[in-house]
Amino acid sequence: MVLDVQKLTMDFGGLRAVDHVDLHIQHGEIVALIGPNGAGKTTFFNCVTGMYKPTGGEIKAGRPEAEIQSIKGLKPHIITKHGLARTFQNIRLFPEMTVLENVMIGRDCRLKSGILGAIFRDPRTRAEEAQVVKDSMLILHKIGLTQWANEAAMNLPYGAQRRLEIARALATEPFLLLLDEPAAGMNPHETRQLVELIRRLRDEENLSIFLIEHDMSLVMNLSERIYVMDYGKLIASGKPEEVKKDPVVIKAYLGEDVSA
Amino acid sequence: MTQRLHELRRSLLVSLWFMLLTFPIMVIRVNTITGTIRWRWANLALIGIGSFLISVVWRYAMQRKTGEVRATGVLAQVGERLGAGAERFRTLVDSPKVRVRLVSGLLAAAVAYPFLTSMYHTNIMITALTYVVLGLGLNIIIGLGGMLHIGYAAFYAIGAYSYALLNMYFGINFWLALPIGAALAGLFSLLIGLPTLRLRGDYLAIVTLAFAEITRLVLQNWQEVTGGAAGIPNIPRPQLFGMTMRLQQTTTFVYFIMLAVVILTIFVVHRLENSRIGRQWVAMKEDYIACQAMGVSIAKAKLTALGIGAIWGGLVGVIFAARTTFINPASFTVWESVIILSTVVLGGMGSIPGVFVGALVLMLLPEYLRPFAQYRMLIFGALLVTMMVFRPGGFIKKRRKAYTISDEERQSVIENDVAAADETKE
Repeated sequence: MVLDVQKLTMDFGGLRAVDHVDLHIQHGEIVALIGPNGAGKTTFFNCVTGMYKPTGGEIKAGRPEAEIQSIKGLKPHIITKHGLARTFQNIRLFPEMTVLENVMIGRDCRLKSGILGAIFRDPRTRAEEAQVVKDSMLILHKIGLTQWANEAAMNLPYGAQRRLEIARALATEPFLLLLDEPAAGMNPHETRQLVELIRRLRDEENLSIFLIEHDMSLVMNLSERIYVMDYGKLIASGKPEEVKKDPVVIKAYLGEDVSA
Repeated sequence: MTQRLHELRRSLLVSLWFMLLTFPIMVIRVNTITGTIRWRWANLALIGIGSFLISVVWRYAMQRKTGEVRATGVLAQVGERLGAGAERFRTLVDSPKVRVRLVSGLLAAAVAYPFLTSMYHTNIMITALTYVVLGLGLNIIIGLGGMLHIGYAAFYAIGAYSYALLNMYFGINFWLALPIGAALAGLFSLLIGLPTLRLRGDYLAIVTLAFAEITRLVLQNWQEVTGGAAGIPNIPRPQLFGMTMRLQQTTTFVYFIMLAVVILTIFVVHRLENSRIGRQWVAMKEDYIACQAMGVSIAKAKLTALGIGAIWGGLVGVIFAARTTFINPASFTVWESVIILSTVVLGGMGSIPGVFVGALVLMLLPEYLRPFAQYRMLIFGALLVTMMVFRPGGFIKKRRKAYTISDEERQSVIENDVAAADETKE
């Protein structure tokens, strides 16, 4: 297991946005979290990645080859260093930095050089910087963004910006990639490319993938297991075929009682 | 054509409105002694024509900016020439050979400067260079780190007072005071930075403003230690191996110290901005949340920017105290912080040559505009407003570094990866 969430609860004042949610992800799985708008999916993501401090429950995560340990309530940058990397629902790139620099920031948590190294540029710092450029170039190559390496991130086409977010997350050397609506705003062609990319990353980079998505064809096509949330609670989970037929899920989405 | 007429009519309305507004102060003059009123109609005409012309030019410039109209005829030619010239200059500066020549030429001019001009001009240049360093220091905090700090003069004050006080009470000399002043400024910056780590934007600006005022008020009111508003007189000038120097020589000497500090600052800031830390700062400025999520410790990045940025204020503060031999809290008002902030914004946030040019322009222009001293603030304000509207990036906009990687290198990176992937498969 790479992620094990138990009874996770998040309260905002009197509002319970996430209510005792249990969820786990095995190594190499592609798992989706779906639910109607406002169901608490992104809040759940934010709790796992440390953006919010959960009010209750437990979150454990760890590389497949190591013991899983609690990451509940840790700072976001520490969780990223631990090996969970995320993308954002509304793209959050560093708009004026170049594409390569965006990826280089992703590498940052694996670097060691400090202030003195920056000023004196000792051989170790120089070697590290050269390595960062190379590593980042390689990641851009894998995601297919090399041609834009020195372009400002904001000048990229929309689909490429989404891919750059994934490239940047990948640069942090994660074992679990959390994608918050990766296909939002994409056209069918771009979505197909994205599905291929996610599959390829899982196979080649030894990753597990956890995604939130509204595009049902993508979810059913890509994910191996699905969790469904509504009003902060987990209402169903299982294989795509099972979830698709689940009356509770249909009710949550269509808002009517199918048995009646 | 109708568009033009419409624009002219708008300008006419503006000028009429201005004439109406300024009528009571510019036209009517009451002589209280004789009890008569003098009507100065000539003023009204001047204001009308002046505001009309300015309005026309302003409208034209705004339209050019938004691309509504294109220049034609002579204007277009001039514009084109200027654009081509700027482009050629840029490519010229980009070539390393020209760059080395340019920098060495500038350096030679800077070294020769005090010997070619009078002490008066040397003194002005020292002030200008002081602001170059202050601007570059603040640039780390604002231009790179993206934290709106409007209390930078506090660090300047801390540097100046640490030399003055340490010298008065413990007889510490200038050279020893330099690093101490710098370190103290950095330390105070960290102290104010720690509790304000969560603040951003306007809120941080308020806190830093308050910090600067508190610093000044403490210096002003702690009579027993700092001498209060009367300040500290007789601060020794910088010494060189105990040599006795005339005033002229000391000025030249201080000039060279300042020049050395400027070079050191540019060197360090340049290295920092092109390093891991510089990248963290810029990322933090561009997107605070994404930066955290990508594994950068915001607290650390913020504190390093605040600390390293403040050091330069402390450093030139010490030099300032040694140069003027007298300091009092009146030298470190909010106004001072605003000037330093203006040099950064006007020059170009985050850009070293920009801040350099900005500080020189902002310091030298008023000095040589002394004949128009009455209108200095007016010109200054107009300059700032025009800059913000037409060139919000500053004189010289920051350009991002392009990392180059040769084709062979790229190929080898990719091949290595393929080889590694094959290995793991086998």
